[in-house]
Amino acid sequence: MSTTPSRALPGGLPAPASEPLTAPYWVGTRAGRLVIQRCRGCGGWQWGPEWVCHRCHSFDLAWEEVPPCGRIYSWERPHHPVHPALNGHTPYIIVLVELPQAGNVRMVGNLLGDPRQEIGIAAEVEAVFEPHDEADPPYTLVQWRVVG
Amino acid sequence: MSERTLRGRAVIAGVGETPYYKHGKAPDDEFKLALIAVLEACRDAGIDPREVDGFASYGGDRSEATRLAAALGIRELRFSNMHWGGGGGGVCAAVGNAAAAVHSGMADCVIAFRSLAQGQFRRYGRGAAAETVSGEDAFLAPYGLMSPAQRFAMKITRFMAEHGIRHEALRAIALASYHHAQNNPRAVMRGRPLDAATYDASRWIVEPFHRLYDCCMENDGAAAVLVVPAERAHDLAQKPAYLLGAAQGGHYRSAAPVHNAPLYASSHFTTVAHNLYAMAKLGPADLDVVQAYENFTGGVLMSLVEHGLVRPEEANDFLVPENLLAPTGRMPLNTSGGNLAECYMHGLEMVIEGVRQLRGTACNQVPGASTVLVIGGPMVTPVSSLILGTEAAL
Ligand SMILES: [Zn+2]
Repeated sequence: MSTTPSRALPGGLPAPASEPLTAPYWVGTRAGRLVIQRCRGCGGWQWGPEWVCHRCHSFDLAWEEVPPCGRIYSWERPHHPVHPALNGHTPYIIVLVELPQAGNVRMVGNLLGDPRQEIGIAAEVEAVFEPHDEADPPYTLVQWRVVG
Repeated sequence: MSERTLRGRAVIAGVGETPYYKHGKAPDDEFKLALIAVLEACRDAGIDPREVDGFASYGGDRSEATRLAAALGIRELRFSNMHWGGGGGGVCAAVGNAAAAVHSGMADCVIAFRSLAQGQFRRYGRGAAAETVSGEDAFLAPYGLMSPAQRFAMKITRFMAEHGIRHEALRAIALASYHHAQNNPRAVMRGRPLDAATYDASRWIVEPFHRLYDCCMENDGAAAVLVVPAERAHDLAQKPAYLLGAAQGGHYRSAAPVHNAPLYASSHFTTVAHNLYAMAKLGPADLDVVQAYENFTGGVLMSLVEHGLVRPEEANDFLVPENLLAPTGRMPLNTSGGNLAECYMHGLEMVIEGVRQLRGTACNQVPGASTVLVIGGPMVTPVSSLILGTEAAL
């Protein structure tokens, strides 16, 4: 975690706030683990985080580690900077990644590599943990890169 | 037991608009713009503004009902209603809520309105300046996903890919709006015609389907409609526009956070359109004119599909300019210029254009139009849509 690889996006973007509902996820990413909500009542996966299981209404939701790999469900390549920190740093790629080993829940992240690369729906991707150690408090984002 | 419906129970008696301005160019305060639009709608209807007893709006409108009531000396406020959801998803719901109020007897004379001075307040196309973000945004904004254009782009990418729809279909939607605006003195983009080559050469906002001209403007102004019970339809200054159907909401878990709606590549109208047609006792083939809210042209495409107006597999062939232009197109679309080229008044201007089409006073009149579909902001949650008709369509 000491060597910071080149980040997907420049510094200065908003940081995720620490909140009771989502804290276990961010604790997980700091440790290089991808954890997703899973219901102890019915076993269903759930993302984004919520207080109740949308299937069985159990409040007993666990956080379970899942393999950090998925496939691209959709994507976009913003060219217009929507935040001052992005001025001069476009385009970049946002991907929606579904996790087949977690009930096909979907996560949003950036796709690493050439920002002008061709992107294929259904392409296999793996997670890359991107630490923001200088932040107060520090946090780690989950980014994605194409496998192979 | 009588049928539970709004069909034919309420009419739009009057419409009012301020001039429409480019973003930040309104000479007046946002609340003053709202007052002007409300008074114009009352004047158009021939109804004393003091008779208004309700206000309905959406999108977090800042011009509060109580302030309007006090400022205008409203005798008695009986209905005030803010519809949840951002942007223009609630535009048709606001009209439907007003109609429900007057039909149920909660009120007699309700204004549905929207007022926007985006120069006075924050723009929509930029992210928040906050240092930290919470809730769903914590999983989006750190990845540079902040603006409405970005929030919806991946739905469109997926829909286009699933159905093999080409960008020319979206281009036709943009060209139709710009074409109609050239004939509309109110349109902000009048005198700024758009052709296919200019569209194709325009810069990317978000690849692969948001060119500059696929995205709505940001504008200043206000617009209002006055809704009264149908019993008053024959005492009005104007030809009444009957509400035939109104529906709002969204399909199963369409608001599931962080882009997890099970049916993702959607404008969220699958159930809403069904409910709308059931109330109106009409189908897509019965509609003479369509006003479909353009936040982004890809959303228009999906909302047309989900309202049964075009099948995905025929979108490439059907969505060409000649089919979308008044007066002769098979499906005249956004006949005042819409959000792209008349004004981005969060779709209230499209409700008003629907009324004009039924009165026969539109700039790009569809001859003999007796039914109009208005589709509110697609891809947000909740969404809403509306069918208006002449007395002959009842
Ligand atoms: Zn459960």
